[in-house]
Amino acid sequence: MNNSQDTNQKRRQFLLKGAAVTAVAVAPGVMLHTAAKAKPLGDAVTDAVRWGMLVDAAKCADGCDSCVQACNDENGLNLLQKPQGASDEMWDEQIPKWIRNVKVKDNLTGHVTNLPMMCQHCEEPPCVDVCPTTASFRRADGIVMVDRHLCIGCRYCMMACPYKARSFVHEVVEHKLTRAPRGKGCVESCNFCVHRLDDGKTTTACQDACAKDGHNAITFGDLNDPGSEVSQALKEQSSTQIRADLKLNTGVRYRGV
Amino acid sequence: MKVRAFEHSLLLMLAVALLAMAGVSSAAADWTDWKNGTSRAATVEKSCVRDAAFMRRNHMEVIKHARIDTVRKGVRGVDGSLSECIACHVNKDDKGAHIPVNQEGQFCEACHHYVGVALDCYQCHSTVPVN
Repeated sequence: MNNSQDTNQKRRQFLLKGAAVTAVAVAPGVMLHTAAKAKPLGDAVTDAVRWGMLVDAAKCADGCDSCVQACNDENGLNLLQKPQGASDEMWDEQIPKWIRNVKVKDNLTGHVTNLPMMCQHCEEPPCVDVCPTTASFRRADGIVMVDRHLCIGCRYCMMACPYKARSFVHEVVEHKLTRAPRGKGCVESCNFCVHRLDDGKTTTACQDACAKDGHNAITFGDLNDPGSEVSQALKEQSSTQIRADLKLNTGVRYRGV
Repeated sequence: MKVRAFEHSLLLMLAVALLAMAGVSSAAADWTDWKNGTSRAATVEKSCVRDAAFMRRNHMEVIKHARIDTVRKGVRGVDGSLSECIACHVNKDDKGAHIPVNQEGQFCEACHHYVGVALDCYQCHSTVPVN
């Protein structure tokens, strides 16, 4: 065990030292990173991993909603149907959204920034603090989730979240996916495609969609692994936490905002 | 005279009890109809998690244990995973489409209907395998 850890450490140090060289040597734009470790199916998650994300808002294209669509497909949000008699306006306000497209304009300069806003997977999540039933919880690997078995739909967490990341399911849900259970009266939010991670995959649907469209604005991985792509990216250039003043130590970081 | 009446009532109680047991066992026979169904479970000789008698009484505890492990600890593919129960026990109709397990007479509903226990899982969980 110790030997293999030593080996890994050496390998990482070697990669770190040689990062500049490999960037040139392998191919332009191709970097060598340690691949995120897949967890065996039957094992519990541990705090050895902390999943995190870096969003480069400068690469986020105006008018693009690929990440939102991919998220909706992956998590069955597009299966929800508008209740009879509800206006489009009301439905748009009520339909659960795990990612919101946010457009920010600097009124002084006129500069417009687009960014996807979702659950920031805080280390100190206010939603978990206020939950009266422990339905809101933070998994050992840093994913903040809702345990719908315990959620009573009080929506305290929606009030507490500074990022407006949580949604409430108002109506009976007719169609749902096996991987994404959903029912009336519970709160929900982005869970970093937890079913994928538990099945040994190491990417989220939004990240894949963004890369497929050639924007590559989303980098996802293990923040605890200094060799992971996301850790390397965070180390190389500056990034910010949104509402850093709240000292929540968010798992989602932004660049270019 | 009094003793006789007592004996009489005892016999009557016994008869009622026997009748009730017969009723239960005949209904219990209906519950095992899934063995004749079109589900994957119907083709399996050996029970997968535990034997049928254990599962009839304790499946809710098994599922609850699995749900805590899965949701809160990220353990997947465990015994008692509800999605696995459904994948194996769901029947197919003539066209090969899945019949929801909570539909009348199907695996979950038939038994829950008989014992008059609400079936809450499917307020959130899919009643057929959907990927």
